[in-house]
Amino acid sequence: MKHGKIPLIVTFLVPPLLLYVVFVVSPYLQAFQISTTDWLGYSAEANPVGLANFRALWHDDYVWNALKNNAILLALVPVFTIAFGLFFATMLSMGGRRGRAGVTGVRGGAFYRTVYFFPQVLSVVIIAALWKEAYHPTSGLLNGILRVVGVSGPAWLGDPDTAFWCVLAVMVWANVGFYVVLFGAAMSAIPREIYEAVLLDGASRWTTLCRITIPLLWDTVQVAWIYLAVAALDGFILVQLMTNGGPNFSSDVIGVRMYDTAFGSETKFGYASAIGVVMFFLTLSVAVLALRVGRRERIELS
Amino acid sequence: MDRRDILRRSAAAGLLATPAAGLLAGCATGGGGDSGDTKTYQGTKSAQNPLGVAEDAPLEVVIFNGGFGEDYAKAHEAMYTANHPKAKIQHSATTEISKTLQPRFVDGTPPDVVNNSGAGQIDFNGLVSQNALADLGELLAAPSLDIPGKTVKDTLLPGAVEVGSYDGRFLVMNYTYTVYGIWHSTKLFADRGWEYAKTWDEHIALCKKIKAAGIAPWTYAGKHPRYMSWPVISTAIKFGGTSVATAIDNLEPNAWKSDAMKAAADAWHQIVKDKFILDGTPGLDHVQSQTAWCQGKAAFISCGSWLESEQKSVTPAGFNMTVAPTPSLGGGDKLPFEAVRGTAGEPFMVPAKAKNVAGGLEYFRTMLSKQGAQDFTKKVASLTVVAGATEGVELPYGLTTVVKALEASGANGFNWVYNNYYRKLERNLVDAACGEFFSGRIGPAEFLDQCQKGADSIAADTSIKKYKRSA
Repeated sequence: MKHGKIPLIVTFLVPPLLLYVVFVVSPYLQAFQISTTDWLGYSAEANPVGLANFRALWHDDYVWNALKNNAILLALVPVFTIAFGLFFATMLSMGGRRGRAGVTGVRGGAFYRTVYFFPQVLSVVIIAALWKEAYHPTSGLLNGILRVVGVSGPAWLGDPDTAFWCVLAVMVWANVGFYVVLFGAAMSAIPREIYEAVLLDGASRWTTLCRITIPLLWDTVQVAWIYLAVAALDGFILVQLMTNGGPNFSSDVIGVRMYDTAFGSETKFGYASAIGVVMFFLTLSVAVLALRVGRRERIELS
Repeated sequence: MDRRDILRRSAAAGLLATPAAGLLAGCATGGGGDSGDTKTYQGTKSAQNPLGVAEDAPLEVVIFNGGFGEDYAKAHEAMYTANHPKAKIQHSATTEISKTLQPRFVDGTPPDVVNNSGAGQIDFNGLVSQNALADLGELLAAPSLDIPGKTVKDTLLPGAVEVGSYDGRFLVMNYTYTVYGIWHSTKLFADRGWEYAKTWDEHIALCKKIKAAGIAPWTYAGKHPRYMSWPVISTAIKFGGTSVATAIDNLEPNAWKSDAMKAAADAWHQIVKDKFILDGTPGLDHVQSQTAWCQGKAAFISCGSWLESEQKSVTPAGFNMTVAPTPSLGGGDKLPFEAVRGTAGEPFMVPAKAKNVAGGLEYFRTMLSKQGAQDFTKKVASLTVVAGATEGVELPYGLTTVVKALEASGANGFNWVYNNYYRKLERNLVDAACGEFFSGRIGPAEFLDQCQKGADSIAADTSIKKYKRSA
């Protein structure tokens, strides 16, 4: 048995490890190196400039503005998404206990679950295109509804006061479905007896959710939090497609800044790599922080 | 032994772990010149072959697949192979020029001809400052392919060479000739008994009439508000003379806050103050606003002469779109009302490291032949930089008005090029300022301040190469 083990390990571990090194680790390392050069991206020449790119970054108002927006996304997207996700999942799996013993979901739960999952099936590009039309100031769905009520709606994506929040809303909308399913699956793993016991003790739904469901789901919520936090630090595709950071940089995010610096209005690949390095460390710290803060005693269900 | 070989060997030896950062650096930026495949093609020059094209040299052409499509290029390629039957042409079309070609530039294996255009265009400042482009000077001196007794340069419209020149070197061949102006439907105007206004006061009076008739006088590309910077700068140049444009292009201090720019910004602020702009315009992109305009929801729109082909599918029959110059501010204008901004656009380039530079130049010579230019105009309804190439070609309505506007403008035509020198300044900074200004969130003084701040930030950025042009 023993002599057959090593070839097995090698065949199964080396190829993925190699792929990982070539396509993940090496680009990261290269980005670190490029970020210390003035490389302009269209020739093989690059001069080392030390930390000059990072010094310039520190004084770049546009980068700070983008970071501020990312910070808002980081603070709000996970909260809203998880709150909606928990609410819908709870309703679907134990919302309908009206007058009956036992714990059941609302009527038509399977149907809702499918509908909530729709955005997850669509590509982000399609979501962006859909919402761009919904936000269309004259023929869009939103302003169409507002017109029926007799209100003339704002220009949504065309107004710096609303554009960013419009994108944020789409981000939450696009994510909720997945977390409904995720939380739903986790909830179904919680033993029914616990709920029946709380029910007998006369706990309200709110108490059940806060005292029983969430603590038992904590691992899942924590994972969701990290995923969403990382997604909030990115946000690139939606923003680029819906507003491209505008109007007047009001919906800019750090990913768009990086892309624009390298491929958009300039070809400063060295500077863009420096932005990328900053993003890397921000994402890493957020993930580590989220894991640390979220660490709790695991509850054993046995 | 060079860096790439070292890398290969060290990787093979499994030494990648610790010194990886330094060694891997070779990958992204260290390419080019060491691939062993550096063969370039060069034939012998002769009267029949003034550019010295190697007859059997393959030619790779990359076309931006935008409003003009790619069929016109296939026709040019067929003309090229008709003259060089042994040459094999590799054609490709993409909408993402920079993403597709950036690795190939770094690797030193770029295509021979690149149509660097569209939203994914590569910033020319970056290309020029890295010496990535071949000098096209030889092309200008070569005889025209089918206009006897003239060099290629002689056949071009005025200004065509200047637009593609950086520090006196002709590096970018801009193929189309674009007129920028204010567009309206002659049908709408005839039906309502309106007439295009030649002075600003009359323009405002006309806007009042249009608004009273229940139509919004103006709309614009709200998500690309730089479209509105064109009429503002044009108004200023006509008022203050072409030095207004030279100052802006040369990043002179306070060029954006010149008296002429102030007068123009003050004037244009009127259409914002009086709410002459279609509701919701700031939320429309260029296609949405142009479509609203084609549907008769707005009377005026600012655009270049590609508008007609861009709107082909949604323009109602008999709409008769017409281009007109910006109105004069008053009697004191330095340029007459008829003066319009005409400029060469749709950039083509030959990378310096292309294998078949001579073939690339020859391809341009084919495009700039009378046959090539006429075919282009027929296929995509756009003018080329080749003078007189529209003779005998039946033009669509909008394009005939473009030709007329150009003729009327004559030697008074003007242009600016800061958008070519410093892409970021127009695409990002002036764009954002225009958005604030035309949605009414800032006034004319703040608008010019914001533009000037943008220009100053470019001027202060030592990593951007600066260009100067004389008036």
